[in-house]
Amino acid sequence: MKSGILAAAAAAVVFGAVTGAQAGPTLDAVKGRGFVQCGVNAGLPGFGNPDSSGNWTGLDVDYCRAVAVALFNDPTKVKFTPLSAQQRFPAIQSGEVDLLSRNTTVTLTRDTSVGLNFAPVTYYDGQGFMVNKKLGVKSAKELNGATVCVQAGTTTELNLADYFRSNNMSYNPVVIESNDEVNAAYFAGRCDVLTTDASGLAGTRAGVAPVPDDHVILPEIISKEPLAPAVRHGDDQWFDVVKWTVYATIQAEEMGITSKNVDEFVNSKNPEIQRILGTSPGMGKALGLDEKWAYNVIKAVGNYGEIFERNVGLKTPLKLERGLNALWTNGGLQYAMPIR
Amino acid sequence: MASETRDTARPSAPGGVSFSLSDPTVRAVFYQILVVGIVVAVGWFLIHNTLDNLSKRSIATGFGFLEREASFGIGESLIDYHPRDSYGRAFLVGVLNTLKVSIIGVVLATVLGTLIGVARLSSNWLIAKLASGYVEIVRNIPPLLQLFFWYALVSESMPPVRQALNPIPGVFLSQRGLFVPVPSADPVWGQMGFALAIAVIVVIFLRRWAKTRQERTGQPFPIGSATLGLLIGLPLIAYIAGGAPTALDVPKLQGFNFVGGVVVTPEFFAILVGLVVYTAAFIAEVVRSGILAVNWGQTEASRALGLDSGRTLRLVVLPQALRVIVPPLTSQYLNLTKNSSLALAIGYPDLVSIANTTLNQTGQAIEGVAMIMGTYLVISLGISIFMNWYNKRIALVER
Repeated sequence: MKSGILAAAAAAVVFGAVTGAQAGPTLDAVKGRGFVQCGVNAGLPGFGNPDSSGNWTGLDVDYCRAVAVALFNDPTKVKFTPLSAQQRFPAIQSGEVDLLSRNTTVTLTRDTSVGLNFAPVTYYDGQGFMVNKKLGVKSAKELNGATVCVQAGTTTELNLADYFRSNNMSYNPVVIESNDEVNAAYFAGRCDVLTTDASGLAGTRAGVAPVPDDHVILPEIISKEPLAPAVRHGDDQWFDVVKWTVYATIQAEEMGITSKNVDEFVNSKNPEIQRILGTSPGMGKALGLDEKWAYNVIKAVGNYGEIFERNVGLKTPLKLERGLNALWTNGGLQYAMPIR
Repeated sequence: MASETRDTARPSAPGGVSFSLSDPTVRAVFYQILVVGIVVAVGWFLIHNTLDNLSKRSIATGFGFLEREASFGIGESLIDYHPRDSYGRAFLVGVLNTLKVSIIGVVLATVLGTLIGVARLSSNWLIAKLASGYVEIVRNIPPLLQLFFWYALVSESMPPVRQALNPIPGVFLSQRGLFVPVPSADPVWGQMGFALAIAVIVVIFLRRWAKTRQERTGQPFPIGSATLGLLIGLPLIAYIAGGAPTALDVPKLQGFNFVGGVVVTPEFFAILVGLVVYTAAFIAEVVRSGILAVNWGQTEASRALGLDSGRTLRLVVLPQALRVIVPPLTSQYLNLTKNSSLALAIGYPDLVSIANTTLNQTGQAIEGVAMIMGTYLVISLGISIFMNWYNKRIALVER
């Protein structure tokens, strides 16, 4: 079943002169096709998850839409492909998706030997542990000998091994491919501990746990997990579009531009705002996009803060604080490069 | 392909230097060279194209990653494994886990399948119908769903680890699996293995001797009880001579889990039972068809010669049925082995699961998939070669 996709992707690399073999073809292919193929998580509440009526929702999903808006001024011009952790890299390498927006941690090997380029970080995360309250565990340091449920093919799997090694503790991993099955195994009691990114734990506890209050997320954050959208090597222009779309949402928040008030800013005298919203032209042309690209993105999808609050913020079941994801002006790490 | 037998009769062209496609010898050689050439060219193109595409995207290639540190944990392993070991060793762990579930699975599926196959032919209405019901239900449900079923059954029906069932002293059954005590390490176990090996060799020679003697003199030798006596007796002598140690390594609850003894994990249980139950349904049909393929007249003739029903089955019906059973049985063994790759879905660390993790961490999908395919090919060819040899051995000797 799953080796099917891997084999297909490998076969594409073997047989085809696949999309991405020449310089700059992804952007052309996407424009010619008229929609963005976006790889997302199959079921992670808050990041990539179909709602009860089958519409894709989540922070990662919204960035797929933002890129579609920047290109086509239409948030529906996206074809979502749900990918498991293991399927995601073959899928982006082989050209099955143009954009991988699937809570993927930026790492050196992924940037190099996997052949990806990472856009700006959309969520600064870290790996945590969730345990059943009944165990009475207060700290991850008490987990010696525990059985740990973890999803296959993630940095989580590696951090887990590193953490237990560096603390001279042992553990039994139960490594399952599908996120749903990992969660099911944990909630059935197969494992003492569930580990993944802290945001993912919050999502699982809120959305999957039979009784959310039975489970507690331990205070230790054992890794840095900067999650970012990624594109494959070989098309710098396409990379630019994705990168500056993310920056535009962050910059908009910094300037107080939201989806509701963006029209009031169109006639602003502030040259910075004029450049972003396309009132004074140049930025769109440089990216090979319409001059109103950023205006359209903010109008349709919102600024970074709106996207955050809508999907994972305090009013959602995940109830995540901004924390590291606050703007740099508020003591966080979100910092957009100058759009000029 | 043109055959070579026809043209040897025909004299070759005078001088032997003329080249004509109307000459069958030349034609045969020409087309063979052409086919080989095309295969090589296609192969070269694929490899070249792959490397080209990979290097354009700056994706790493080669098998050098096998020596790098794996740094991920594996749930169960037949050999010592630690995250600091290499990807190559992790892969070996996966191969051994696949072999473990395949070998045990093949043996159990054969036993269960044969029982069900014979049961379908039973004159007892209830037994025959139950067996048909089993076959029809099990073989018509996709194996992946059956695996999820067995896995969920263990997770949901077993008690949590701290309330583990304790049916026999030292044996614990919970969501973490079945923990059983094993004898503590002692040099006597190695000596017993050595004694068993000697017994096997003696038995082989004894059987040969008994057979020749019976052919020469007609005197039968009680080979069955002699074999049993040797295989059990020799290791038993070694055990007693070694001081008959009785110390047991008993599992006990310590912290989060049981420590000590041997564990059958829920993942291994689910994949094993799933594969055995699924494949046994197919084997049952193979066995049934094999037995039905032997003419009833054979049984009647054997009875007329005065053989009792046990000997009739063993010496007349089964040897003939086996000729029909073995080839399709080989396919079922291959299917079971290959279906073990579904283990990934329920978390049993088989070779596909570990290779997938590896290729995901290294990004080298082509190498990973090639290694998976190569390993299955070797395992499957191994089974095929063995079963073909066995098939030849039991084939009807035509005079």
